[in-house]
Amino acid sequence: MTPGFRWLAGAAALLSASIAASALPPSGVNHAVILGEEGSPRFPRQLSDYGFFRDARGREPAANLIPYELNTALFSDGADKLRYIVLPDGASMRGGSEGGLLDLPVGSAIIKTFAFGEGEDQRYIETRVLLHRADGWLALPYMWNEEQTEARLALVGARMELTRPDGRTISYQIPNKNQCKNCHQLNDAVTPIGPKARNLSRDWLDAQAASGRLEAVPAVHDTVPHWEARADSADLDALARGYLDVNCAHCHQPGGSASNSGLDLRWEQGDPHAIGIGKPPVAAGRGAGGHKVSIAPGDPDASILVYRMSSAEPGVAMPELGRSTNDDEGVAVIRDWVENMEPAS
Amino acid sequence: MIRTVFAAALLATSAIAAAPVLADNHTIAPGEGAAQRLQEALILAEPGDTITLEAGRYALTDGLSLDVEGVTIRGAGMEGEGASVLDFTNQQGAGEGLLVTSDNVTLRDFAVENAKGDGIKSKGADNIIYHGLRVEWTAGPKATNGAYGIYPVESSNVLVQDSYVRGASDAGIYVGQSENIIVRRNRVVENVAGIEIENSNHAEVTENLATRNTGGILVFDLPGLPRVGGGDVLVARNAVIDNNTDNFAPEGNIVASVPAGTGVMVMANTNVQIFDNALINNDTSHVMLIAYTQEYSDDRYQPRAVDVAIGGNVYSSGGTKPDFPGGDTLAAAVGGKLPPILVDGLQQGLTVTDEVPVLSLGLTRVGQQLAEASPQPWSQADEVSSRQLAAVSLPEDMEARLQ
Repeated sequence: MTPGFRWLAGAAALLSASIAASALPPSGVNHAVILGEEGSPRFPRQLSDYGFFRDARGREPAANLIPYELNTALFSDGADKLRYIVLPDGASMRGGSEGGLLDLPVGSAIIKTFAFGEGEDQRYIETRVLLHRADGWLALPYMWNEEQTEARLALVGARMELTRPDGRTISYQIPNKNQCKNCHQLNDAVTPIGPKARNLSRDWLDAQAASGRLEAVPAVHDTVPHWEARADSADLDALARGYLDVNCAHCHQPGGSASNSGLDLRWEQGDPHAIGIGKPPVAAGRGAGGHKVSIAPGDPDASILVYRMSSAEPGVAMPELGRSTNDDEGVAVIRDWVENMEPAS
Repeated sequence: MIRTVFAAALLATSAIAAAPVLADNHTIAPGEGAAQRLQEALILAEPGDTITLEAGRYALTDGLSLDVEGVTIRGAGMEGEGASVLDFTNQQGAGEGLLVTSDNVTLRDFAVENAKGDGIKSKGADNIIYHGLRVEWTAGPKATNGAYGIYPVESSNVLVQDSYVRGASDAGIYVGQSENIIVRRNRVVENVAGIEIENSNHAEVTENLATRNTGGILVFDLPGLPRVGGGDVLVARNAVIDNNTDNFAPEGNIVASVPAGTGVMVMANTNVQIFDNALINNDTSHVMLIAYTQEYSDDRYQPRAVDVAIGGNVYSSGGTKPDFPGGDTLAAAVGGKLPPILVDGLQQGLTVTDEVPVLSLGLTRVGQQLAEASPQPWSQADEVSSRQLAAVSLPEDMEARLQ
């Protein structure tokens, strides 16, 4: 076989399948494409192939898309996120797996669009999809065109200059397929991160249970504080731990991409050393910034965690992927949290 | 018509699927769009494929990553005119130059320059081969350089050979939380640590040249990590020369505490053999055995250097400028220079068959301050170990991959 032939054939299959997909009735989600079933491409070329949205602009979700929001969300350079879950017809989600992550059956998909701006000025940048196929979850990124008329597969990701509504021009990165997995992996398998019962509102969970799309509301739910309402929150510890869980723990946990650091920032981790208190760095290199421990109680300026959150420089910045600017509000909360910790005697 | 095209394409795909798996070669040339083409090839590769990097310089602004099993990335060479160079000087994102997360990968005959974080990292990537690579921070030792050059972690069966690493602000070649490891015939120059084996077991570090680092070869174990209890390490037939570069590691990292002038240092490991090395002109001490000095709370952790055997080494000058507090005074007290072997007194089961003096700092408890040292000559009569070390053998197919 000549080197390019297999890819060429693959491309032909992709092309023909997308023709086939576009020949389907325009309404409704195409579950065969989600599943990558025979005749469907492994990596669908366009977001519209899935039928998640009724219009090419992706503004009108199909009837069976379930919108959801998280109490506390991952910071992504300030992008707004529009999140949806879609389930196979008649199927439902289950709660109860570790960390409260909702269990979505094979054939489900999670769709997240990253956008900047409000109303008429809103621009879609990318839509990331997580597809639950028979052989596991697959994460794929799609990039919207200038005209906002289609989003095409961006397997290798992209980097672009864009001007945020606040006027600041940033170098925004769409992650490539491997980078998607970097955050979404647990013990080498791709997994959803976001929809955990503890980080979903009671109202939403109730509504899903009432409509039969969730078997039962998990016992532990809605415990992570609502970030937007943090001014009213008296529980700084919960606010900070919720933020770290959502922004860091997908890698910093056993089985995650940063497992070798020994740092475990999951919400449920109760060991002070494991969450970084008095913990020396392992492989931080210059990311340590001359500091000796991840968290120095009472002293945010001596804490590697704060230092790395406060940097946008590659090799120092944490998270490593998904942001090119600092989350000033997140840093403020974490600083406050560390500042208010009792120094070790 | 649409239906016909579709069916034809389907036939083509199923014919391909039914055919025996053939390893394909995908050749990437430098130039416009090379970064995208290369990353795309790394994503779309099938197990067994080879990605060939033509000679030249590849300008990269983001980290590369490989997550497909059994792929070979092969360049045209690591040095000189015909080299394939992945140049990360203008990197804007990611924590390393190249990240490998799949098993049975072979990396060979290319260079990685000026990565913003680590050079090449492989995590949970079993049976990996690093062969004939150059990882370099081209401005030489700087605290702003990336931490590790070649960085396999959490892996079984690791082979790193015939490679060159310069300028790493932590360790040139760092193998962490892994087992069954061979690091041989490499040159590590002007890093903080030349080679570091950390929280790992069954490792052979042989026939390397470690020169002008802060410390030549380190065998460490740290508490509080998923994998602790490092040991069964052979350090043999290495040339460990002139490792006197001022420590340029960012503070906080464990290697920042390594004195300039360290030849081979063993910390908190069990069953380590240091045989047949040439130890030349390392100004603090050629061989140091120490316990972990900081506080820890990890019941699994063994903080001392236990069952270390030292023999057959050749020692030349050194020990004249010990780079630790009180080092000068100590050297003056023992005749102007530290002896070739320095132990903290907390070691257990030490066997020295080299006919050189061994100085003990006479510490009596783990975590004790150096100020409380009571230096004294160590004598073999005090302790003997009879531990044996089995040779490390890698799966046969790993060596075969290099044929």
